[in-house]
Amino acid sequence: MTAEAPSTTPAKKPAGRRRVEFDPRLAAYKGVWVFIEHEHNRVHPVSWELLGEGRKLADRIGVELAGVVMGEPGAATRDFCSEAFHYGADLCYLVEDPVLAQYRNDPYTSSLTALVREYQPEILLLGATTLGRDLAGSVATTLGTGLTADCTGLNIDMENRSLAATRPTFGGSLLCTIQTLNYRPQMATVRPRVMQMPERNTDRTGRIVEQRIALAEADIMTKVLQFIPDANQEQARLEYADIIVAGGRGLKRPENFQLVWDLASVLHAEVGATRPVVQAGWVSAERQVGQTGKTVRPKLYIAAGISGAIQHRVGMEGADVIIAINEDPAAPIFDFATYGIVGNAMQIMPALTEAFRQHLATAKLAG
Amino acid sequence: MHIIVCIKQVPDSAQIRVHPVTNTIMRQGVPAIVNPYDLYALEEALRLKDRYGGRVTVLCMGPSQAEAALRKALSFGADEAILVSDRAFAGSDTLATSYALAAAIRQIQKDMAVDLVFSGKQTIDGDTAQVGPGIARRLGLQLLTYVSKIEGIDVEKKEIVVHRRAEGGAQILKTRLPCLVTILEGVNEMRFATMGDMFRAARYPLKVWDKDAAGIEDIEKVGLKGSPTVVAKVFAPQPRAQKAERIETQTGAPADLAVTLLAKLFTRYPHIEREIRKQAG
Amino acid sequence: MAEKFDAIVVGAGPSGNSAAYVLARAGLAVLQIERGEYPGSKNVQGAILYSHALERIIPDFREDAPLERHIIEQRAWMLDDDSYVGSIYRSNAFNRPPHNRYTIIRAQFDRWFSRKVQEAGALTICETTVTDLHMDGSRVVGVQTDRAGGSVYADVVILADGVNSLLARKAGFHGELQPRDVALAAKEIHFLPESAIENRFNVQGGQGVVIEMAGKITRGMVGTGFLYTNRESITIGIGCLLSDFQESGISPYALLEQMKMHPAIHPLIEGSEMKEYSAHLIPEGGYNAIPAVYGDGWLMVGDASMFVNGIHREGSNLAMTSGQLAAETVIELAKEGRPMTANNLARYRKKLDDSFVIKDLKKYRRMPDILEHNHQFFTDYPEFLNRAAHTMVTVDGVDKKSKEREIRSGLVTRRSRLGLLGDAFKLWRAFE
Ligand SMILES: Cc1cc2nc3c(=O)[nH]c(=O)nc-3n(C[C@H](O)[C@H](O)[C@H](O)COP(=O)(O)OP(=O)(O)OC[C@H]3O[C@@H](n4cnc5c(N)ncnc54)[C@H](O)[C@@H]3O)c2cc1C
Ligand SMILES: Cc1cc2nc3c(=O)[nH]c(=O)nc-3n(C[C@H](O)[C@H](O)[C@H](O)COP(=O)(O)OP(=O)(O)OC[C@H]3O[C@@H](n4cnc5c(N)ncnc54)[C@H](O)[C@@H]3O)c2cc1C
Ligand SMILES: Nc1ncnc2c1ncn2[C@@H]1O[C@H](COP(=O)(O)O)[C@@H](O)[C@H]1O
Repeated sequence: MTAEAPSTTPAKKPAGRRRVEFDPRLAAYKGVWVFIEHEHNRVHPVSWELLGEGRKLADRIGVELAGVVMGEPGAATRDFCSEAFHYGADLCYLVEDPVLAQYRNDPYTSSLTALVREYQPEILLLGATTLGRDLAGSVATTLGTGLTADCTGLNIDMENRSLAATRPTFGGSLLCTIQTLNYRPQMATVRPRVMQMPERNTDRTGRIVEQRIALAEADIMTKVLQFIPDANQEQARLEYADIIVAGGRGLKRPENFQLVWDLASVLHAEVGATRPVVQAGWVSAERQVGQTGKTVRPKLYIAAGISGAIQHRVGMEGADVIIAINEDPAAPIFDFATYGIVGNAMQIMPALTEAFRQHLATAKLAG
Repeated sequence: MHIIVCIKQVPDSAQIRVHPVTNTIMRQGVPAIVNPYDLYALEEALRLKDRYGGRVTVLCMGPSQAEAALRKALSFGADEAILVSDRAFAGSDTLATSYALAAAIRQIQKDMAVDLVFSGKQTIDGDTAQVGPGIARRLGLQLLTYVSKIEGIDVEKKEIVVHRRAEGGAQILKTRLPCLVTILEGVNEMRFATMGDMFRAARYPLKVWDKDAAGIEDIEKVGLKGSPTVVAKVFAPQPRAQKAERIETQTGAPADLAVTLLAKLFTRYPHIEREIRKQAG
Repeated sequence: MAEKFDAIVVGAGPSGNSAAYVLARAGLAVLQIERGEYPGSKNVQGAILYSHALERIIPDFREDAPLERHIIEQRAWMLDDDSYVGSIYRSNAFNRPPHNRYTIIRAQFDRWFSRKVQEAGALTICETTVTDLHMDGSRVVGVQTDRAGGSVYADVVILADGVNSLLARKAGFHGELQPRDVALAAKEIHFLPESAIENRFNVQGGQGVVIEMAGKITRGMVGTGFLYTNRESITIGIGCLLSDFQESGISPYALLEQMKMHPAIHPLIEGSEMKEYSAHLIPEGGYNAIPAVYGDGWLMVGDASMFVNGIHREGSNLAMTSGQLAAETVIELAKEGRPMTANNLARYRKKLDDSFVIKDLKKYRRMPDILEHNHQFFTDYPEFLNRAAHTMVTVDGVDKKSKEREIRSGLVTRRSRLGLLGDAFKLWRAFE
């Protein structure tokens, strides 16, 4: 808490574009941090995904990877540190305080800001969740540093040892790479499912650095009166589903979307959709896949009547296998799908449903 | 109740195109609109005004064309509109933008105390969702993001209760005014303005503040200079190297196509078959 | 409390903007009401702007109007299924300013024009639809809009609400629009980089090309196709009489799709990205279809009055000039202190008669009828012309004289000698 935020004043006038030499005063900032987000005793998987990515970045610049765990005092909070080690962290900064029991902007911002000032990481990553984005914006402003939101790729620009954060721009039609050259830490938020989940290795351990932060409930103006868990957990299910059947405007009419549900039910899969379909009210907004919807990473993604516009593609191209059904042989989705069937979805989908059904039935018999 | 609503004028990103061959951005004829997310914030503010009385001031930082966005807000029923516009702001990133807007809000406050500052969830051009939190921090306001419902305001005690979208549920939060609220999309539907409001908006003498009028103290903190982030490059997404394998059969009958597809899929990707079997239980 | 103005202009297209601009410049209190989100938002297409009409209203418009390219080359194509024969007129004279014609994107142009109107002092209100006219007996005294508290009053109302003028019909100034008096045009804008346009059309800098097309692309219907080069895009479209579309059952969209696949057209737009599709009516009834254009307390301008010259594909210039003349009539009467009665407003019609607007429409008054009743202009002739060209150009050892004979007999079998004579006569009469 002592360091006099040197990051608020630029060490050198930013030259505006590119070629900026690495300023030696920034060398004091070392290490890659990942904020471990948890609510109601569950760590958001995006935190583990970020540890996986953070590991690569840390190795690249030869520094340690740290998790930041904040929460109420107790074994549960400490367990999150061990988990962080399993997913690749070398150490964890731990702040335990009763006021951190539930997420609130104020105490979380002051705790994280204090940690940063004390231990000076060069990179700080958070999940682009409602919690992560709330916190990241406040922390970055307090520290007066740069923050790149909703990134889809992270890299190190070795020329000036800086984080090159890539994210969609211009309505998702293009990507841009953003750098924070003369300010530290360099902050970024990354969406769930954009990065790959790392292997969990229970042999891995690390050290815990505890930090006390004087916070009194009386000083915190915002109170949590209640938490109402979502009745339908569709949202989480879609992002982490292993099989997804999705439909687009090519299905023409809301009734035809039933074909997607039919196949999904045979495969016990989740249902996804494109934005126009969501906007037309055929399915709920939680099912939208893409830039302004969810990013998914299933093993199998079946796309029926979907053109494969870039804004949809960015949300699903991480799938292992993509099967596309589209009438138009020139539809962009065939440029990146694994298998393509050129044909009328209204005929192909029932046939596919039937083929899967039979396959599963015979497989069962045989097994 | 005095509410400030921050609105931004943005290019309608649905109409921005990238040329498929040259990967250049085709800006021609892309209309500027009010950031759609900000309209939810505006409507929510107007509803509070209907409920508790008071005044709604819309605030926008942008070039002179952004006047159109403010007039639109006025036509919906905002009482005052201020455009913060100065060459010095060009190239501002979110940090610099929040600095300038916070300064302008301090100026507005000199005239009339501010109880609430509203912003949209995020912009469709920046998409960062940082400006709202940034303003809150700079003004020392409590921050309530992703608010889906304003339960109520206790005008006497100066307290507000809101529903905030969190991961996996809704938080019901209570805090003290003044505070900054970012409103979630889809929580309300914008009203249809009256003819009188249309006239008022068309005739309203817009206030345009330059950097001095907006009370910018440190010019190093706005524009390109005050922006820690720099855009290193803009590029088109890499096309995947390989195209889809076309499934074709002699007959072209849907059933044949489906069976052929399954055979190929399960032969080359046995783990998918395992996965399906696992899901099917 | 309802407001009152000197004049209300309904619509912010070229005709309404011209009228409102001229009125406001003269110091009248003008309210303009447009239903689109902003002026031009419903007019997303590219089009040709003829300078002369606008020059008379805003002489220095070239300084800041959003103009795409000035036209230096005009092509006219007669298309067969595989080929076309055509003419090209290109002249360096068109490169010398002031330019005579430009391509424009209506969405931008209308917006610019509207800004001028507002700068001139008119009050423009968008996203508001005029739903009715307020009458005092047979006199129009104001308008009703779709908003709460939506009545506004004025001494005179100028109807500039376009081809489908629902208001005029509701008020009984117009009969129902006849399908044979309007063409339905489908139009698309395709993005292409500047360099690609310049290469494909052999132009540089701000130069542009217009291609007018007739022939089998309309599948026997009365109509034409067109292609304009904008700065970074191409406007392509096709329009045919609404009555023909109804009869053939062909959709305008399908017709345009097919036209785009024509081997002579496809390479021009290949690799482009379609941005905007729109369909719009064009008044084609010509002189004989012009309704009453004035009455007690009202004037009608532009497409609402059917002021379109279908043969030369002129519309916006007639719209602007009619708007200007209507405004000038109102200004004169206001100065003279005369009321806006039908009798006084009749001056507008006189002004129109003396202008190119009515003179041109009168000249081609027989054209719509002839084309409509002689579909061979759109089927047999293009085919014949293309075949003739093919026969002559193909070098295959047959002597030229025999080729000429073959061409002649081909034509006569398609259409009797008498018929041919008749067609020529009709066309000559129409253009006379
Ligand atoms: C800022 C911004 C954000 C966006 N965010 C998202 C997002 O998050 N997610 C998203 O999905 N989109 C998003 N979009 C929209 C995106 O650009 C596309 O418009 C959208 O993905 C297209 O959806 P679609 O494929 O269902 O429809 P279309 O593009 O209309 O494609 C329909 C396809 O179906 C095919 N088809 C038609 N009939 C049949 C048939 N009988 N059988 C088989 N195939 C048929 C057609 O050939 C066509 O390829 C966004 C756009 C913008 C500008
Ligand atoms: C495909 C096509 C191509 C063309 N190409 C050319 C060309 O190249 N060159 C050329 O000179 N002409 C061309 N024209 C013709 C030209 O577009 C018209 O003649 C011209 O736009 C007429 O202007 P206007 O102001 O009368 O009507 P419009 O431009 O139609 O404007 C009418 C306005 O009134 C508004 N409005 C309608 N009803 C109401 C209401 N009730 N309340 C409030 N507002 C209302 C509408 O939204 C609209 O903005 C073309 C037309 C078409 C369809
Ligand atoms: N230039 C601006 N002027 C006014 N408000 C803005 C501006 N930029 C952003 N905002 C507000 O901040 C919110 C978040 O913006 P962003 O951080 O860009 O996603 C927007 O929804 C607006 O309410």
